[in-house]
Amino acid sequence: MADKVLMKGNEAIAEAAILAGCRHYFGYPITPQTEIAAYMAKRMPKIGGVFLQAESEISAINMVYGVAGAGFRVMTSSSSPGVSLKQEGISYIAGADLPALIVNVQRGGPGLGGIQPSQSDYFQATKGGGHGDYRLIVLAPSSVQEMADMTAKAFELAEKYRMPAMLLADGTMGQMMEPVELPEPSESKVEKPWAVTGTKKERKHNIINSLYLNPEELERTNFERYERYKTIEENEVLYESYKMEDAEYCVVAFGIAARVSKNAVNAARARGLKVGMIRPITLWPFPKDVLAKAAEQVKGFLSVELSMGQMIEDLRLATACRRPVHLCNRAGGMIPSPEEVLDALNKLKGECEA
Amino acid sequence: MTTQILIAGFGGQGVLFAGKFLAYGGLLSGKQVSWLPSYGPEMRGGTANCSIIISDEPVGSPIVANPDVLMVMNLPSLDKYENATVPGGKIFIDSTLIARKVERTDVDAFYIPATKMAQDAGYPTLANMVLMGKMMKETGLGADCLEAALKKVVSAKRAELLEVNLKALKSGYDYEG
Amino acid sequence: MTVFEKPKALTDKPFHYCPGCTHGIIHRLVAEAIDELDIEGRTVGVAPVGCAVMAYDYFACDMVEAAHGRAPAVATGLKRCMPDHIIFTYQGDGDLASIGMAETVHAATRNENITIIFVNNAIYGMTGGQMAPTSLPGQVTQTSPYGRDVATVGLPIKVSELLSSLDAPYYVERVAVNNVKNVRNAKKAIKRAFQNQVEGRGFSLVEVVSSCPTNWGKTPEAALQWIDEKMIPYYPLGVYKDRSKEEEQA
Repeated sequence: MADKVLMKGNEAIAEAAILAGCRHYFGYPITPQTEIAAYMAKRMPKIGGVFLQAESEISAINMVYGVAGAGFRVMTSSSSPGVSLKQEGISYIAGADLPALIVNVQRGGPGLGGIQPSQSDYFQATKGGGHGDYRLIVLAPSSVQEMADMTAKAFELAEKYRMPAMLLADGTMGQMMEPVELPEPSESKVEKPWAVTGTKKERKHNIINSLYLNPEELERTNFERYERYKTIEENEVLYESYKMEDAEYCVVAFGIAARVSKNAVNAARARGLKVGMIRPITLWPFPKDVLAKAAEQVKGFLSVELSMGQMIEDLRLATACRRPVHLCNRAGGMIPSPEEVLDALNKLKGECEA
Repeated sequence: MTTQILIAGFGGQGVLFAGKFLAYGGLLSGKQVSWLPSYGPEMRGGTANCSIIISDEPVGSPIVANPDVLMVMNLPSLDKYENATVPGGKIFIDSTLIARKVERTDVDAFYIPATKMAQDAGYPTLANMVLMGKMMKETGLGADCLEAALKKVVSAKRAELLEVNLKALKSGYDYEG
Repeated sequence: MTVFEKPKALTDKPFHYCPGCTHGIIHRLVAEAIDELDIEGRTVGVAPVGCAVMAYDYFACDMVEAAHGRAPAVATGLKRCMPDHIIFTYQGDGDLASIGMAETVHAATRNENITIIFVNNAIYGMTGGQMAPTSLPGQVTQTSPYGRDVATVGLPIKVSELLSSLDAPYYVERVAVNNVKNVRNAKKAIKRAFQNQVEGRGFSLVEVVSSCPTNWGKTPEAALQWIDEKMIPYYPLGVYKDRSKEEEQA
């Protein structure tokens, strides 16, 4: 057995970021993600990195913008209310085509909400929480191991496509400990001729900018960006398919909801109900094609979410409403139990067979 | 085989630490494990609990709603979780701090005066480990790699803590009451 | 005979500023300081939101365009990842003293080793002349059409005084660019603010009392006079914080 250590999800993110060559972290304390900042505060000074507790989430994301502009791997992390504050900066980072990692360990909302786990920032993460036409690559880990692996992946994708990436976790994923095998150290392999590292008077100045007063020019940047997004949708979709081979019903869930749903899938199968699960790992790009294909196979879908039902909209779009799509949800920091998911599956079956 | 364990008490009693130790015990015996704490302001003097799952299969939900094994270090936790325990489950009780007995008849209850034993032995903060020792004995969970698990949760710089934790565990392990 | 030349740290792009606006002078002073210290190749400037938003086109060094008020945070990021580079921000009064006050104060109290050029012309210029945090009592603007009413919107913020009340910042000076003597002093202060950074001294801010003839509704000449008559009495020129002096005395 490889040398596995027990780590909290939050700590796994922090260590994985360091292993991915991230030496710049800016953040502001907020439950339930503060372990990331605390971990960085402890480790960064010892490895020549930068940890800085910013005066606000707004400042933190703008510090990230500065470092990203200089071409270094950089990240910030927060939880829901703090991520709302970061939206301005995220829009600028997207508009200036900069790679950066933003971690959201979600808690219940809206407003100050609560501190218990939630997935109610799905819209904010996948539909562009800030102003303007832009996307984030959104990765939704479902285990502490994936928290580590997806952190490295997020840096890689962000650089490959010159755009911000978000790791969308929740309070449970951040706080829970599981065995984790940390990824091998990696570093940026992407050339960054656009970075503002000083001209050395050897080249024309680089400008990191999202301002285009000429609408034709601004439109062109938008179309170019969306061409890139199309490539991502074609090439970077990640999902897990669980017991789908003979499934008649399909649960769709990500993150902690998928963990709970896995128990429900197994419980349903023990009762003779053929259920499978498709777990989106990238929430954007959303695994549209695999869900469309599943719609040809199954009788109905169940979206399991820690929100009032956000991903379900993408599920309905992906399946073009060809099969019934039900919602099994808890909100405000509550988590559905496997029994609740099982009940919802039975109801779905009842409707599909009626 | 999957065992769901819930450890609960007041913040400061070492509930989370005991759980982490147990999770390491499971990990080192080659099992799949998860550890999930309650978190937030309640950590400071309120009630604290953690869910541990030790399984031969990959762990699904890390949340333990109905424990196979319950370890409680205060009365509110026994009141809250006694009825949630599965029939045939095992409940471990610090009888120094909890005066009442388990009302259920379909579970095995173990009463260990862990706080008193820890105080008498001169390590008053280690009642959690005394209770844990008894739990490991009765459930077999992580018992075969107790020392190795301890080394994972006690800093190498504080070797003296290792020894005293081990003593506390053994006193619970050997307790017949 | 001395031939008047454009500083090398400025590009050939013509300024878009209004006739009589003093941004051009201040840009030039910044560029001269960069030239004289020979730091252009390792300098990164941060442009604000406001009239100087397109400063990124005018300075020949690498440039970043920041969100409104966030320039000190962006500069902090740049400085922390490239400590040997010279990082400056160029900000107006709305940017620095209103929406960006938190960023300003905290960069100052960290004694962040950056240089801030703060242009105070007592008005929001780019959006067409609204009240700024530094607009004078009674000053008529689009959003204070009856004059700044101190009973409802309070009194102006004196940034140099405010920042000098902090223990940490290294150097804070207020200058003006409304006559030759003042321009010469401004040049000295700006160069010093960059020199401080080169020497690793820390946070240096130069507040430049400036004019906005267009939005003040004055001729360029009258605007320069108004600086003497109204602005400078409210915003006295001088060095507000100089830790090199404090260190000498210690």
